[in-house]
Amino acid sequence: MQLIVDGKTHEVDVEDDMPLLWVLRDELGIKGVKYGCGVAACGACTVHVDGVAVRSCQTVLSDVEGEITTIEGLGQPEALHAVQEAWIEHQVAQCGYCQSGQIMQAASLLAETPNPSDAEIDEAMSGNLCRCGTYPRIRAAVKTAATKIQGA
Amino acid sequence: MGKVGKIARRSFLIGAAAVAGGVAFGVYKVRTPYENPLKNDLADGAATFNPWVVIDGNGITLITPHGDKGQGVAHAQAALIAEELDVEFGQFQIDFGKPDKAYWNRALAADGAPFMATDESFAAEATRGVMGGMMKLLGMQLTGGSTAMPDSFDKLREAGAVARETLKLAASTKTGVPVAQLKTAQGAVILPDGSTLAYTDLAAEAAELEPVTDIRLRAPAQWRLIGKPMNRIDMVAKSTGTLAYGIDVDIDGMVHAAVMCNPRQGGALLSYDAGAAKGMRGVQEVVEVTGGVAVIADNTWRAIQAVQAIDAEWGEAPYPAEQEDHWAALEASFNETHLDKEWRNEGDVSAALASGKAVEAEYRVPYVAHAPLEPLNATVLVEDDKVTVWTGHQIPRMLQDLVAKITGHSAAQVDLVNHFMGGSFGHRLEFKHVELAAEIANQMRGTPVKLTYSREEDFAHDYPRHIGMARGSGAVKDGKVIAMDLEVATPSVVASQMGRAGVTVPGPDMQIAAGAWNNPYGLENFRMRAYRAPELAPVSSWRSVGASAGGFFFDSLLDELIHEAGADPLEERIRLMQHDVSRKVLEAVGEMSNWGSPLGPNKGRGVAFVESFGVPTAEVIEVTNTEDGITIDKVWVAADVGTVIDPVNFENLVQGGVVFALGHAMNSEITYSDGMAEQANYWDAEGMRMMQCPEIMVRGLENGSAVRGVGEPPIPPAAPALANAIFAATGQRIRELPLYHHVDFV
Repeated sequence: MQLIVDGKTHEVDVEDDMPLLWVLRDELGIKGVKYGCGVAACGACTVHVDGVAVRSCQTVLSDVEGEITTIEGLGQPEALHAVQEAWIEHQVAQCGYCQSGQIMQAASLLAETPNPSDAEIDEAMSGNLCRCGTYPRIRAAVKTAATKIQGA
Repeated sequence: MGKVGKIARRSFLIGAAAVAGGVAFGVYKVRTPYENPLKNDLADGAATFNPWVVIDGNGITLITPHGDKGQGVAHAQAALIAEELDVEFGQFQIDFGKPDKAYWNRALAADGAPFMATDESFAAEATRGVMGGMMKLLGMQLTGGSTAMPDSFDKLREAGAVARETLKLAASTKTGVPVAQLKTAQGAVILPDGSTLAYTDLAAEAAELEPVTDIRLRAPAQWRLIGKPMNRIDMVAKSTGTLAYGIDVDIDGMVHAAVMCNPRQGGALLSYDAGAAKGMRGVQEVVEVTGGVAVIADNTWRAIQAVQAIDAEWGEAPYPAEQEDHWAALEASFNETHLDKEWRNEGDVSAALASGKAVEAEYRVPYVAHAPLEPLNATVLVEDDKVTVWTGHQIPRMLQDLVAKITGHSAAQVDLVNHFMGGSFGHRLEFKHVELAAEIANQMRGTPVKLTYSREEDFAHDYPRHIGMARGSGAVKDGKVIAMDLEVATPSVVASQMGRAGVTVPGPDMQIAAGAWNNPYGLENFRMRAYRAPELAPVSSWRSVGASAGGFFFDSLLDELIHEAGADPLEERIRLMQHDVSRKVLEAVGEMSNWGSPLGPNKGRGVAFVESFGVPTAEVIEVTNTEDGITIDKVWVAADVGTVIDPVNFENLVQGGVVFALGHAMNSEITYSDGMAEQANYWDAEGMRMMQCPEIMVRGLENGSAVRGVGEPPIPPAAPALANAIFAATGQRIRELPLYHHVDFV
């Protein structure tokens, strides 16, 4: 099966029911996508399929229709996405393990709702668990990212 | 102790001017008890000045031996060296270094000494010194107990200063310019004419010199980095998915393993049928490990799927199978047989209570899992003369010993490549996952094996925070709290945790009493007794350890008594407080929260104060009792760490600590049924979600005399402050965690 991930086409030969998470991590070596719970309870594995955030641990390969973007395709250290810039400005991360998923969720939210209210931010982001408790900074960073994107 | 004795001790306690662990002023000699491990394998032309700095023609490497579980200590350690070395972020790389005695933790002993952290008396300082000597002797390299900054603050600035002065000497030797005329900045020595010599160009000369050990540390007014907002060195990588955690390790030829161990922790594997698993795609091997079975496959998911297809029969748990029997064991421990230590007995508690008990109450805290988001993992390669372990761990040298026992190597043959950790909260003080990976790899010598726990395996085999019970009573008179009698019973977390590593720790376990005995209030009559319950489920240090339980017990009881006295919760705490630094923390949080100002309907405000890890911390929480349940609206935190290293990271850690603590206080516990944890994934113990997160205002105070860490201290006051706020809003006094057994949260 062909997969387009971060703009590159890959041929993968695995079980239809292998979750996208493990195809990305173990078959394609894209380690920026994180395994946290395997049951869509934490959001660490969040990627975009055609720009929309999905939990890759609960998306089996045969259900993937569209281009996949991971944290590594969203932006790179030398070419940051606005959400990543905001994350760095606000010094959001502690352990950082959930932040790939948080950033992908936020980018998806802002693509759909460019100027989200506090309630909309909370609603969109509450599926992403942060055990270190960086929520206050995530809230602030999402707002900064919204301003950046609108100003761009 | 009688009243006179108490007053004498108190005045000594408050008046003592000794500085705990402080460095001398002026020039002094830096001593290093152990050989510098960086001298091994040092490249030609490379210079190393001490165990923390190595420079060659290509670059500067700073060793940051405290593991980073998310608290930013890799950055902070580098900043302490860079402050004195005069290098900028971007001019050096960091490395966690190799396990070595040279990295022994100087601060660990201080909190292990049986004195209140606020006690700076000669006896307390002398005992800490003796215990510090033991840590040195053991070469105890450990990240934990909020000690990374206390351990590093002087040591790493000295390391930077030694390297700087040696580089200046090298420049002087090379140019003939006297050292006194040389300055340093941005990774270079500056000559009087303004020209510069890069440190990297001086490495070869410096390598020929003995390090200059007579140094003078800079005064705080000269600091460029310390106390200023910093951009953490790991922040870009963590915001772009480019930081490699242990779980991301990829070694040539590596295979993937998953385990299924007896969910009754420590129980035996009786029999198993791996027939189905062996036929599954990608499965290469099925091997037995202690208490379980492992599958080796070509992919993590395939390994996890296959191991879950194994049909196993498990032995009994080596502890009571049902949760109610764990509680019964605690209930049966409040007696002389189980008395671990009477930590405080001041005034005449019995007489004060005889005049009338104002409160008599029982409190409980549950087992709680650590559940950091990065599941436990370890990659191990066993070769004939060497073992390599790739993982993130907090006790590197003990890891070497335990792995060596499994593979038959010497500890020195075990190499650890330490990694940034995706959280820990104490989880990565444990060794079982590393030992299992070593057991598997030892059966497949020459092949690197990465063991990844499924989230379910991680929950089932978390060694949770111990359960605890307290019985408390007290007396009030004339609007004041005059007596408190608090008895705490828990299993010994130290005995359980150290026992797994083969270490027996003599004497009372201070963690049974932590948070309950050591608050610097001056109650006229105060007794605190700790009872050691029998070992039950295996338990481990959980962020703030005993204080997470003891703080809830002590402060909840105090709050009840203050209410019975009819006093103001904050003002009575301030009145009782005997420690200036702590009183200022209470006053600060009162001012920040506008304590005493009118609240709207259905709202309540609670305050709590706990000193843990030497950090007096006060929190005020405001809640609303809505039709749908409790909302946590705002939290104010004041904490005194002596010196705030980085105000941005400080705020983040305190806010995060509050979120962590409140999440667990609301909804998280581990309970046992049929010997197994009943909680299997985050939906069973999820902590706080963003929509529940309050506004959290933070103030770092710097009145304390020693530098302290802030990873753990925000935890203990959060649960009692929340329970006290719920009482204020609803009139309902909740005496056990998690609170959702009694109230709903929105």
